[in-house]
Amino acid sequence: MNQNLYNYILGIADNSLILGQRLGELTGHGPSLETDIACTNISLDFFGQVRSYYQYAAKIAGDKRTEDNIAMLRKEREYVNVLLVEQPNTNFAYTIARQFLFDVYHFLFLTELEKSKDLTLSAIATKSLKEVSYHQRFSTDWLKRLGDGTAESKEKMQEAINDLWTYTDELFHQTEADKAMVKDGIGVDVTALKEVYYKKVNEILEEATLEIPESKWFQKGGKQGIHTEHLGYLLSDLQYMQRTYPNMEW
Amino acid sequence: MSEEQIKSLEEQFEARIARDEKIEPKDWMPEKYRKTHIRQMSQHAHSEIVGMLPEGNWITRAPSLRRKVALLAKVQDEAGHGLYLYSATETLGISREEMYEQLHTGKAKYSSIFNYPTITWADMGAIGWLVDGAAIINQVPLCNTSYGPYARAMIRVCKEESFHQRQGYEIMIKLANGTPEQKEMAQDALNRWWWPSLMMLGPTDAESIHTEQSMKWKLKRKSNDDLRQQFIDQTVPQAELIGLTIPDTDLKWNEERGSYDFGEIDWDEFWQVVKGHGPMNKERMKARVNAWENGEWVRDAAMAHASKKQQRKEKQAV
Repeated sequence: MNQNLYNYILGIADNSLILGQRLGELTGHGPSLETDIACTNISLDFFGQVRSYYQYAAKIAGDKRTEDNIAMLRKEREYVNVLLVEQPNTNFAYTIARQFLFDVYHFLFLTELEKSKDLTLSAIATKSLKEVSYHQRFSTDWLKRLGDGTAESKEKMQEAINDLWTYTDELFHQTEADKAMVKDGIGVDVTALKEVYYKKVNEILEEATLEIPESKWFQKGGKQGIHTEHLGYLLSDLQYMQRTYPNMEW
Repeated sequence: MSEEQIKSLEEQFEARIARDEKIEPKDWMPEKYRKTHIRQMSQHAHSEIVGMLPEGNWITRAPSLRRKVALLAKVQDEAGHGLYLYSATETLGISREEMYEQLHTGKAKYSSIFNYPTITWADMGAIGWLVDGAAIINQVPLCNTSYGPYARAMIRVCKEESFHQRQGYEIMIKLANGTPEQKEMAQDALNRWWWPSLMMLGPTDAESIHTEQSMKWKLKRKSNDDLRQQFIDQTVPQAELIGLTIPDTDLKWNEERGSYDFGEIDWDEFWQVVKGHGPMNKERMKARVNAWENGEWVRDAAMAHASKKQQRKEKQAV
């Protein structure tokens, strides 16, 4: 089994899994019916992507692993999503800020992954890009609405951006699997996306009349399985059925 | 308008309905027709929206990715049904905000079934199979109802509901054929959802206050008791097929009637829930009101942003 490829796929898929799970918490509780539908739809897109990635990972593992036990039966330290996506739905501004900061990255990332030598990953990227370009439009539009809306919404939006900013740098950290996959022409060199990411994010923040956070202190660790305290609770829900009723078909 | 003129309009109106013509938003209609439709259609829309909550309760805990995707899609469909039912109701001259207001203050009702809690995964199966099953029986006749926007909305709703029902039944099949624990979970869900599902078809004909007028306007084609019988006759063999037992000791095939006889429904429970004292009435309303109130600043921001954008456009044009 190609362990680096396996780890690499998890590095991509775990982000979609955890963010999809977060968005799923909001269904039925959104600020309007339209945003409720949109967030559910984005969650649905993420889980669709997750299934493709984990099915592929299970095939590479070539043992008893399945998409479900990869998704739901690992320990907290074995999830390698970035810290950004596990942050809670504190309010709608946080949901939008988290989405926006991830979507801009995700779009750039998939655009490069489409060129991968690995045909399965390239095909998943192509399919996902269509979805993610919609996600990006949704979160960018809302960022502008809330940033350049009322005084209250501006304050909330700015607070969310300021708080989540600390998790953006990690998006561009390379893991060992990343390095190996870049070398093989399969993976994306995320370090090369950093400049264009911040340029784009900053432009949109300005357009939304928001301030670009000045803080240069960043958090990291998600890619090594060292998470914030939020992840454990999220996993308790995600894993509940698989843990309570092991080895059953649903 | 003189009384005579109104009477003549009413006669023409009733004749159109009798000829199976559709009534459209701009057509003249009696005030009672408009009010009755606002009541029923908004109640239907509210049911879709409140109905997202019991199933939404299991999205984060669905047992497999495949089930999670299906559940998300289902709840999203319900939001979509709510959206176009609200839009269809708006054609009768009421705004979505007014309808929400009626829901939040308890003036408007929604289907009582959603005031029961979803406590196990099998409830996702039971809701799809039984609740959506009963809803379809209620709703299929509405595809031919007299008010055009409602009839058209219902065609789409029914298509998706029948997909949901199959999906729910499929969850039950899987559980019923699974481990003893899974089968027990399925049986327990059937036990809890069976009677409330029968109540969904409405009070007995003797107690139903809206039936006669609604029949005339094709808002209703069969009586509550007939619909209930249809639901039971359709569902009992489905339960037998997967080895689950309907929790009714009086249930028996009646050769003569070609239908199942069934036990007494606990109408006291029905009225208790309808009047707001079911297990989850308060929680459901609180969830809706919270979503609305916590979302106010978001909606305000969207409005403010849109008007700023408009002003900028106008400035540029000058």
